[in-house]
Amino acid sequence: MTETTDAALGPVTIVETPISLDFSYTPGVAASRFLRSLQQGKLVGQRCPKCQKVYMPPRGACSMCGVATDEEVELSGKGTVTTFCVTRIPSPGLEAPYVSAWILLDGADITSMFLIQEVDPADVRLGMRVEPVWVDDSDRKSDLGNIKYYRPIDEPDAEYDTYKAYV
Amino acid sequence: MRGFQRPVAIVASASFETPAEPARNEVEMLLPVIQKAMGEAGLTQQDVGFTVSGSSDYLQGFPFAFVGALDAVGAWPPIRESHLEMDGAFALAEAIAVLQHDNIDTALVYAFARPSRGELDRTLALQLDPYTVAPLNPDARGLAGLQAQAMRDSGRYADVPDVPPTYVADGATAVVLAVGDRARELTATPAWITGIDHRIEAPALGVRDLTTSVSAKRAAEHAGAAGADAAWLHTPYPHQELLLREALGLGDRPVHCAAGPMMVGGLERFAAAARAVAAGEVTKALAHATSGPCLQQNVVGVLEGGK
Amino acid sequence: MTDDVLSAPHLVEYTYTRSTGPVIGTFLTGLRDKEIVGIRGADGRVIVPAIDYDPVTSEDLSEYVPVADTGVVTTWSWNDKPAKGQPLDKPFAWALVKLDGADVAFLAAVDAGSPDAISTGAKVKARWRDERVGSITDLVCFEVTQ
Repeated sequence: MTETTDAALGPVTIVETPISLDFSYTPGVAASRFLRSLQQGKLVGQRCPKCQKVYMPPRGACSMCGVATDEEVELSGKGTVTTFCVTRIPSPGLEAPYVSAWILLDGADITSMFLIQEVDPADVRLGMRVEPVWVDDSDRKSDLGNIKYYRPIDEPDAEYDTYKAYV
Repeated sequence: MRGFQRPVAIVASASFETPAEPARNEVEMLLPVIQKAMGEAGLTQQDVGFTVSGSSDYLQGFPFAFVGALDAVGAWPPIRESHLEMDGAFALAEAIAVLQHDNIDTALVYAFARPSRGELDRTLALQLDPYTVAPLNPDARGLAGLQAQAMRDSGRYADVPDVPPTYVADGATAVVLAVGDRARELTATPAWITGIDHRIEAPALGVRDLTTSVSAKRAAEHAGAAGADAAWLHTPYPHQELLLREALGLGDRPVHCAAGPMMVGGLERFAAAARAVAAGEVTKALAHATSGPCLQQNVVGVLEGGK
Repeated sequence: MTDDVLSAPHLVEYTYTRSTGPVIGTFLTGLRDKEIVGIRGADGRVIVPAIDYDPVTSEDLSEYVPVADTGVVTTWSWNDKPAKGQPLDKPFAWALVKLDGADVAFLAAVDAGSPDAISTGAKVKARWRDERVGSITDLVCFEVTQ
């Protein structure tokens, strides 16, 4: 807003209303367990007792069946690129070009988004096998920032049929 | 609305309320409530013809929080679904309209909120006129106080109570509705909603007569509420019991007032009235819910027992 | 279990930018010039702040009526603990104020000092902000004059 009372400004046609609300956010029981496990360098999902799908991160419920999930499943962290995007303009903290990808973690039934680095963006492809690069143990917190990015591993690409439902 | 071609009944309900839910998120809090109501009705989500909810993303602090809440429903394969940024009782009114379609026989209505994590009084300011009222950030309690003082000044009310701090509680309510024979299949004691109507008043507080509720009175008339044995009134602040008792012409008949969790309390009044009807405690119950400052919007339903 | 659940501060901030339309724009432009503008409703009542449509008949309204910056409290409540973003940072009264020349009251803060110093019917006068920008907050609050 302008700090003036000059009538030559003309009639008021716009108002700005700033909103500021404070919350104390709690992620819930399932997500808290997931975030605590991240602090220990583990990825722990949850399995739906009805459809057997494994959610990572878990949210405490199977969004398809509408039932609570509580069986925990520890994942290796390795996964398969199901689709990706090369961004050619920089973002805060990211130099262009950078690659973000949906990754189907081994043992999970939902994809998660991570950055892919240590590879030429031109070489990233569907089916590429990748692993997480964690921050140093001493820097780990209870959030997904513990995984800096994913990088390729020396494994043959996954068969399309194994991930086609997630493309 | 009344005289429905397809009579609708509340066949099951479940509720949860706590001063502050410390651990579970909205979905984790809501899911067991929905499952209890659905279990009581003997239905699964895929049996339900229409699902509708009342909640406020502003209370959760996330855009599209109401979509996230569908995790508690089981929305796959895709279901027929709707949402209101209002108390769940208004969602119930929408469900009754939808149930007049001849291919929809059952509905799930739910409401949830966890306002203990935020600042309810300040959050509610966002529902006010954004040009000349919301920028002052009036607290909901302060606005309720204007109504209580206007009632005192009117001389029509004896002993108008002081306005306590705005009631804050977390919780959820789920209600299962069914039509005609389907309702009779699902329960031996359906609570028939024989009328329901909702009315709204002008947003500018100065334009309204705050000492009465023209909208609640009119909604009650159109719902056919005259002659109810007892009333379940949604009263976010205690002075509103006096006001509604007068506006609805309830005289000395028993009233059951509660504030309940924001967005949930009104639907819970309908659920409570339905439980009393199902138990045979009353034959004709009035259920009421409100949203907005100083009883701006009101929905009134009439519930009756019998086959 | 509760001890295991994480929590973190979560601040939601957003500045809404809204176009005013001609009527509310006229009202806000007036505030910038220390003038309060009402509008005549379909029933002849002067409504403050000016609004686009009649609250009863929904007719377009267009007859602007200047009103005074003095008026009377029609109802009030005491606010012991002013919150972030409210007009004053010390205890004050919320009030509906009917300005002289208006028929409809509107919400404002009254800097009364104590709840004993305000009552329905109290006469009040506007306190204006020095640096006015065309916002309802150009009117800081009202003061009790008698």
